[in-house]
Amino acid sequence: MFGLKTDWSLEVLPRYFTLEDYEGGMARWCPGCGDHGVLAAVQRICRDAQLKPESTVSVSGIGCSSRFPHYMKTYGFHGLHGRALPVACGIKSRRPELTIWVATGDGDCCSIGAAHWVHAIRYNMDMVVMLFDNNVYGLTKNQTSPTSRPGSKTNTHPRGSFLPPLNPALTTLSISNVSFVAQTVDWNPVHVYATLKAAYEHKGLSFVRILQRCPQYTPKVFEEAQRDPSLMLLLEHEKGVQADPAGTKIYTNRTQHDPSDINAARQIASREDVIPIGLLFRDADRPRYEEFSSLGADVTIEEKVQALEKELDRFAI
Amino acid sequence: MESGRNSAVVHEQGAARQVREAIVEIVSDSGEGAQKAGQSFATVCAKMGNGVWTVEIIPAEIKPPARSRAGASGIRIRFGSKAVTNMGDQADVVVAFNEQVLYGRIMADAFREGTVILLENRWAKDADEQIRDMYATAVEDFRARGLIVHELPLHEACLKYTTDPRLGKNMFVLGMLCHIYQLNLDLAANEVRAAFKKKGDKVIEQNLALLRGGGEFAAENLTYRFNVPAMPTRQDLVVTNGNQAVGLGVMASGMDLVSMYPITPATSATHYLAGVFQNLGGFIHQAEDEIAAIGFAIGASYAGKTACTITSGPGLALKTEFIGLAVMAEVPLVIVDVQRGGPATGLPTKIEQGDLFAALYASPGDAPKVVMAAATIEECFHMVITARKLAESFRTPVILLTDANLATGQTPYARPRVREDWMAAPIDQSPWPEGVTPYEWDPETGLSRRPIPGQRGGQYVLTGLAHTKQSHVAYDPRANQVGCEMRSRKFAALASTLLPPKIHGDDQGDLLVVGWGSTLGTIDEAVERVREEGYRVSSIHLRFLSPLEPGLAEIFGRFKRVMTIELNYSDPPSGFGGDVQSARRAQLAQYLRAQTLCDVDYWSITPGQPLQPGQVHGVIMERLAAMGVVDQRAAAAHAG
Ligand SMILES: Cc1ncc(C[n+]2csc(CCOP(=O)(O)OP(=O)(O)O)c2C)c(N)n1
Repeated sequence: MFGLKTDWSLEVLPRYFTLEDYEGGMARWCPGCGDHGVLAAVQRICRDAQLKPESTVSVSGIGCSSRFPHYMKTYGFHGLHGRALPVACGIKSRRPELTIWVATGDGDCCSIGAAHWVHAIRYNMDMVVMLFDNNVYGLTKNQTSPTSRPGSKTNTHPRGSFLPPLNPALTTLSISNVSFVAQTVDWNPVHVYATLKAAYEHKGLSFVRILQRCPQYTPKVFEEAQRDPSLMLLLEHEKGVQADPAGTKIYTNRTQHDPSDINAARQIASREDVIPIGLLFRDADRPRYEEFSSLGADVTIEEKVQALEKELDRFAI
Repeated sequence: MESGRNSAVVHEQGAARQVREAIVEIVSDSGEGAQKAGQSFATVCAKMGNGVWTVEIIPAEIKPPARSRAGASGIRIRFGSKAVTNMGDQADVVVAFNEQVLYGRIMADAFREGTVILLENRWAKDADEQIRDMYATAVEDFRARGLIVHELPLHEACLKYTTDPRLGKNMFVLGMLCHIYQLNLDLAANEVRAAFKKKGDKVIEQNLALLRGGGEFAAENLTYRFNVPAMPTRQDLVVTNGNQAVGLGVMASGMDLVSMYPITPATSATHYLAGVFQNLGGFIHQAEDEIAAIGFAIGASYAGKTACTITSGPGLALKTEFIGLAVMAEVPLVIVDVQRGGPATGLPTKIEQGDLFAALYASPGDAPKVVMAAATIEECFHMVITARKLAESFRTPVILLTDANLATGQTPYARPRVREDWMAAPIDQSPWPEGVTPYEWDPETGLSRRPIPGQRGGQYVLTGLAHTKQSHVAYDPRANQVGCEMRSRKFAALASTLLPPKIHGDDQGDLLVVGWGSTLGTIDEAVERVREEGYRVSSIHLRFLSPLEPGLAEIFGRFKRVMTIELNYSDPPSGFGGDVQSARRAQLAQYLRAQTLCDVDYWSITPGQPLQPGQVHGVIMERLAAMGVVDQRAAAAHAG
């Protein structure tokens, strides 16, 4: 068992949480949408870690995937398109004891919210950020996304999109103070669970890019990789993602990758011949912004009054 | 003292002349310390018991070209026997470090015939012939304009005390002005010590020598002596500028977090807080942009911590989507907008009251919120505390408008008596009562209590989508109407607790002037003047813009005419090309017309500088003339 809060055992009446305690009603994503599996994995992790639902917050922007908080029975914040990360960081800044899950789409994170993405990585606040990357704008019905492959036929580029896609993992690996980057695929629930579990256990911002099928608009983009596991590259290491071997035995392409080696991580992340899955990079010793932002929470009102009087003395004439 | 082309010795006989008030300016290139000297001068005045108001003269660039018109940097100090509430009209005495910066002030209508200019004369002997010519031409021009120019060897005189007069001249000038206005030199010396505390004894000694030297220089070379009698009070006073007052208010309200992105003229509030906020356990987050700044604050507030974001117009524009979310999801939040000239980058360092509509309406859809405007520096302090309380009690964003004039102006005011109940209470982590929804709207007031993460049983998903009181997404027509109505009812509930505005002057008459924001002191002073001249003019000044203070239509009905005076743009009342219907009105006037159904007239301009009482006086006289209350000739004379 992991992630047991130290104060958990101190409760007079121990509470035991079941999956139901995290299930916030029927998810209304399309049948076959990859988001369902990710939700199930997160709920399992919450249950396994026995997270108090009232001390857990899921935060999102806008998009299909950003409906995520509505399907959790924790506290939730379903905010604005592109702006999940500032909100999540704000919550964490003065309430570091809360556990935070962020759900964001490839449009939400890598386009409209790109500035916040870069800076949230640098703030490195303890939270799990799940990038649901379906290579398309789902909610607004099939527009090109920054991760769409060139030639993608969408409603905004019916003759095919022009630009090479942004590489979210590689981009994240280039941002200073990055502390955790992993990649997984929604069609392997075992690997999703193990990856998100490692992300949850990491102290710092864990960025997990989840390749996610959209049965409506991008049913084909990952079809090949799904059919032919040799197009995947499984990253293995004793310090990496520990997935149940039964769930990963189909992957013939494997490599030992030490997640403390950022240069190797960048090299792997930039490969276009295979889809690497597993832990690309982890450094548990990076500064976390909440270490600074949460200071002072213990200052009492009397102390504040005293400090303010002292300040007013400075302006007194 | 050797005399040059013009004698440095000013002959005016007799002892100090007693005056009720004075306006002094120190103008220089930026980086010559004029503001520092002026602030010290103002503090000494305040300590002696004078009323004081300072206005900083700030160029837009950090290092504008030397000796340029646009580069004028400095300060105006208006001080008097009574409280001073605004920058006043034209200056009495001006110290200028070069002649070109004076043109910046002439364009700002800062001088009158007879204004005394104490001008650095080293440029007359400059090695560069062009500079010599510019100087000579300018001095001649100034005299032709009726200014009384004294060319003084300030640089040279400072050389006695320092090898680099560029750095020390300001304290020399402080000494001169203290002598001219009979200020206590010991108090000035204390200011010098405080100002250079960190630089060590040697620097302090040198600056004290410059200060005394300036006093001696004035004694030997100038015969101007004025005495502005002070009326010391027993009341405890503080002197701050408006941004410091905002910062102090943030602390006094017990805020946890200030989340910001640098923007003039708002940033100095954070500069001030950055040094001290942590003593009260607070944290300043410098975000990656204004959107993130407000998002971060909203996150903290959602999590139960009190937060505010401080910005100016362009930042407010970026925040509008999040303000809409805070309205929709009922997240308490204080947004301080220190207004500057707009639109776009506009006039970054200068005053305008152009953000009223943006504050009221900028978010899409129906986004009611509280909008307040501070009218004085003291109110910058107290209104943050009120704003924080309203935000929490009414579960709403509150926009507090101040402006560049308040932000950088300094004045003494009653030292706040700090109260514990100003401060936000620690967050509630008790279990959430069973059966209570996250938006348990009171059907009358629309008010509801909000669950805070950590409260067991209170789990809900905050959403910016239309929602029911359970915070469930709802697209049906009824649910959306109910949500809009509940969010709107809160402001009716708030309005019912507000008092009608106080009327300055009689409560009926010919003309009622309506103002908002930092123009209070100027408008009141102008109204006072016309009242002394026997006219039936009164004024009111609004602090609450949304919801509005009650009883306005009734008050308006007691005056023959009602007009706003504002620092924002408006077309001529008849419109361009006679298109009255499309004439664009001053913002408060347009708003009041819509809300009160009264015929509210207006006068407004966008000069990027505070209004002068004389200017407002002229506007009022013109309006009275147009009403036939005063004959046209008298009005023309006043307006002239
Ligand atoms: C400011 C703003 N611009 C645009 C939109 C419209 N919009 C909503 S979701 C979305 C894109 C969704 O794509 P993505 O983030 O990839 O998430 P997905 O729906 O694919 O999960 C857009 C453009 C919006 N809600 N707000």
